Amino acid sequence: MADKVLMKGNEAIAEAAIIAGCRHYFGYPITPQTEIAAYMAKRMPKIGGVFLQAESEIAAINMVYGVSSTGKRVMTSSSSPGISLKGEGLSYLAGADLPALVINVQRGGPGLGGIQPSQSDYFQATKGGAHGDFHMIVLAPASVQEMAELTVKGFELADKYRMTSMILADGTMGQMMEPVSLDIPVEKSIEKPWAVTGTKMQRKHNIINSLFLKPEILEKTNYDRYQRYETIKQNEVRYEDYLMEDAEICIVAFGIAARVSKNAINEARKKGIKAGMIRPITLWPFPEKQIAKAAEKAKTFISVELSMGQMIEDIKLAVNGKADVTLCNRTGGMIPSPEQVLAAIEAAAEKGGNN
Amino acid sequence: MKTTQYLIAGFGGQGILFAGKFLAYKGLIDGANVSWLPSYGPEMRGGTASCSVIISDIPVGSPIVSKPDVLIAMNLPSLDRYEDSVVPGGTIYVDSTLIDRKVKRADVNVFYIPATQMASDNNIPTLANMIIMGKVLKENGEFDDKEAVDAALKKVISARHIDMLETNLSAMILGKNYKEN
Repeated sequence: MADKVLMKGNEAIAEAAIIAGCRHYFGYPITPQTEIAAYMAKRMPKIGGVFLQAESEIAAINMVYGVSSTGKRVMTSSSSPGISLKGEGLSYLAGADLPALVINVQRGGPGLGGIQPSQSDYFQATKGGAHGDFHMIVLAPASVQEMAELTVKGFELADKYRMTSMILADGTMGQMMEPVSLDIPVEKSIEKPWAVTGTKMQRKHNIINSLFLKPEILEKTNYDRYQRYETIKQNEVRYEDYLMEDAEICIVAFGIAARVSKNAINEARKKGIKAGMIRPITLWPFPEKQIAKAAEKAKTFISVELSMGQMIEDIKLAVNGKADVTLCNRTGGMIPSPEQVLAAIEAAAEKGGNN
Repeated sequence: MKTTQYLIAGFGGQGILFAGKFLAYKGLIDGANVSWLPSYGPEMRGGTASCSVIISDIPVGSPIVSKPDVLIAMNLPSLDRYEDSVVPGGTIYVDSTLIDRKVKRADVNVFYIPATQMASDNNIPTLANMIIMGKVLKENGEFDDKEAVDAALKKVISARHIDMLETNLSAMILGKNYKEN
């Protein structure tokens, strides 16, 4: 483990962004993600990059739009209320088919809410994030190592599909330290013939725009975009199976909730209960096929979430009535304990499900 | 298979997070899986600070320590709040300068170290945390490998303050050599 260093999740994201070739960061401080900005403020000037603390979250996301138009890898980060402020910009990025990486280290909401960890921005992240027909690729790390790796992956996917990737983390993932290896392979050479880089009188000029006043044309851009989304659904679903071979009770959880659930599953197994977990790593695209397949065997699905129950709707869609789907949750900055999850598993085991 | 869950708690400013970081790095150097999770937010600024550290042979599941094997209590509110959460057979280290009561539990091992007084007597008033760390490492049988202790200290002391390395080490030795009456 000599090559591993202890880093906070937030710092790992910042360093991984630099490794991925990001030289432009715009942000505005907000707990619990401020270490990202602090790290960028220290590092960017030393490597010829740009760190800019904008006057607001709205300004920062529009700076991201500008840099992305030139074909450069660019990032902003915030936490829940700050992400809401960025909503307009997220929609404009989608409308102009611009790649970007946006980090949301979630805290409890709604409103200013609190500063403790939460996963209650699931709907916002996976169902679009702002007005109009669009999606973001949503990546949910469950370790500091994944905070780094998915940051790199997020840039690559954003470039490949010309859209925003969002890292949907939470306060725990941002604040905790774990050993991390930063030896992460990076695909940097993604061609961007659409970028505004100066024509040098050699080509027609490129236009970056999200305004289409002719509905026929706007409709076509939306259909084209959704065709790309289908490709993403086919090719980019990521998830982890944990003890699913013989599982009768299937937990679905991401991020910190998945970490807590693992403890509970291990305890349940000691008691002879066949529990397992599907941990979505991409929340959009959601591993719906994998969950549908698991529903052929599992009797009960338990959605473990730090929210009032948001991902559970996608689980129900995927399960499609083939098994029970229940919720095990805390909200407002509280985190379910392994004991609470174990109790939910035991209750499911007792009930037996409808399979 | 061995997993040790530490909860370190005290006032903001006592070096709670620093002590936790030292433990985590020591674990990393020893080849273990580790996690470190601080309390963050308003309680950091003057109120109570706490930090969860897990050191394990197997990958760490939840990084949140709710039932510590080892509690390091550096002020009274921390002992009041967390004493009951320690697992039976666990260990509690108490800074007995700042905590004037005894541990009520009979099913745990307890070490009372007047760390704040010792730090003040030895003119290292900010290092009560590392005095207790010295005692923890000694009880863990981890002080025998002095190279690993040195290496972990080097990791947590920033390059800017590397002149503090010897001072930290001497604080730890004070803790290591402390004998209860």
